[in-house]
Amino acid sequence: MTHAVTRSSRTSRIAAVVGVALLLGLAAAPWWAGRADMRLMGEIFLFLSLATLWNLLAGYAGLVSVGQQAYVGLGGYSLFALTILAGVPAIWAIPLVGLLGALVAVPVAVLIFRLRGAYFAIGTWVIAEVFRLTAAQVSVLGGGSGTSLPADVVRDMAEGRDAREALAYWLALGVAVLVLGLAFAILRSRLGLALTALRDNELAARSLGIDIWRTKFIVYVATAGLTAMIGALIFIQKLRISPDAAFSVNDWTAFVIFIVVIGGIGTLEGPIIGTLVFFALREILADLGTIYLIALGVVAIVVMLRAPAGLWGLIRARTGAELFPISHRVRGETQQGDR
Amino acid sequence: MDWINAIVQGTLLGGLYALFAAGLSLIFGVMRLVNIAHGDLIVLAAYLGLSVSTGLGIHPLMALALVVPIMAAIGYVLQRGILNRTLGDDLLPPLLVTFGLSVILQNALLEIYSADPQKLQAGAIETASLQLGPLALGYLPLLMFVCSVAIIAGLQWMFYHTALGRAFRATSDRQDVAQLMGLNRAHVFGLAMALALAVTAVAGVFLGIRTSFDPSIGGGRLIFGFEAVIIGGLGNIWGTLAGGVVLGISQSIGAEINPGWQVLAGHVVFLAIIALRPRGLFPRMD
Repeated sequence: MTHAVTRSSRTSRIAAVVGVALLLGLAAAPWWAGRADMRLMGEIFLFLSLATLWNLLAGYAGLVSVGQQAYVGLGGYSLFALTILAGVPAIWAIPLVGLLGALVAVPVAVLIFRLRGAYFAIGTWVIAEVFRLTAAQVSVLGGGSGTSLPADVVRDMAEGRDAREALAYWLALGVAVLVLGLAFAILRSRLGLALTALRDNELAARSLGIDIWRTKFIVYVATAGLTAMIGALIFIQKLRISPDAAFSVNDWTAFVIFIVVIGGIGTLEGPIIGTLVFFALREILADLGTIYLIALGVVAIVVMLRAPAGLWGLIRARTGAELFPISHRVRGETQQGDR
Repeated sequence: MDWINAIVQGTLLGGLYALFAAGLSLIFGVMRLVNIAHGDLIVLAAYLGLSVSTGLGIHPLMALALVVPIMAAIGYVLQRGILNRTLGDDLLPPLLVTFGLSVILQNALLEIYSADPQKLQAGAIETASLQLGPLALGYLPLLMFVCSVAIIAGLQWMFYHTALGRAFRATSDRQDVAQLMGLNRAHVFGLAMALALAVTAVAGVFLGIRTSFDPSIGGGRLIFGFEAVIIGGLGNIWGTLAGGVVLGISQSIGAEINPGWQVLAGHVVFLAIIALRPRGLFPRMD
């Protein structure tokens, strides 16, 4: 009996077709959705991107960071600095912000990679605090109380409010597609194989000749750059920035971690499911204020204790489904028919 | 003279940071658990101190007689009920569960006590000071520093000279062998967390007397405690005092240069130390 190795499955092919159709529908949202719905969807895309990036860091590279707000805030502040102080148009500032985030991440990585495990985690938080306190010292950007994006910068982005809202929406959708596509491409590549090996067993991965430090470094720097771009988009939507909002550990890290854990860490599908659950909970319970946040914490703890692989882990264990074809499956030729 | 004053005040402040760090260091040393909610537990203790002292009309320091056993009980229940289930080789479960606890605690405190800053009123002792030549040493900071040193000395003695300390060290070294020798791991961990939160109770009440507090400041206190642990060197109980003092002095010198740089200066010194001596100043443990 001969065997064939495949990556795609029927589920993943259906998922791809549905995914493309969904993407086209979402891209056309400015013609069918209201302003409030578009803002909500934009926010969903940005959180999905943050969650996918954190999952790549913690779920694959073993870099459990609780300081990603450092790059969200850096991205937001860099955007404001580039547009207000240097006069760069907002659209061109976004890729520059990504580059800047990655550049800043290089010395940070060299420094905090000296810390291991949980101490690495809190070390990343210290870095974020250093960024926050430094931002609060920059008086041209409002110091501790922050500043707003000037009207002319906003006006230069697009003609009229509708066009601006649509642009912000497309940018958020675009970055989500970019981040998911990149994560998918990385995980199918050689680097992805190294990352998956790292995820499963760091010691075994090293004994197979994988350069652990280099692999982690690449992922950390790339994630930082993309996170900074997302930060820029978040504050283009908000139009106002302050150190406490830009470097909030709860908004940009705790909630993101909850999303990944609830959805399922170490899978590409997990953050998507987690983001949908997070926003569903938020829309239902938003009126309850702090009670909603307490409920979110309880859900995260229960999922971690009862179903550490998350909701997608439960589904996958039952069905073996994989929406993004990443793993290799060995099949006997005789079974080809039932694919 | 201002500089000497800054160093002295920083040292006294360092005693408080050492108390933040001692609880963290104890639970990390015994069960390899890093508790993200540690700062929020410190704030919880401050609020318990507030409720007890205003409810019973007693001095906040007298309120410790109630706050310490309450926090210890919370610690034991928390460890046996939730945290023991997260322990293992994987770093993520304890981190995520304590992150969840942190968000729950912050919002529960916000719901009960509101976001208004509070302070524990300690009366005349707050302003009294000891005049040492040109230096004015507040009685209260001095008392807190002496208490911190005494607590850390007590922890050190407990760790190396009592049956409980032996049980802590045994489970820390080899959990399975300790279990074979008749130690109940779940119970020993419960006791370690109870002891850590008893120390945290003192830290919280001292914090509340020293400065005003609100439900959102937990994260910052966690970071100070963590920095003191790393600066002092992992696994070294006296090291946490040294780390706390280094951090306190860095902050007060930073504040002396520019009031906006107080906390930043502490972080910068911490980062410099991990760049130059990643294992801290006095490491004991790998």
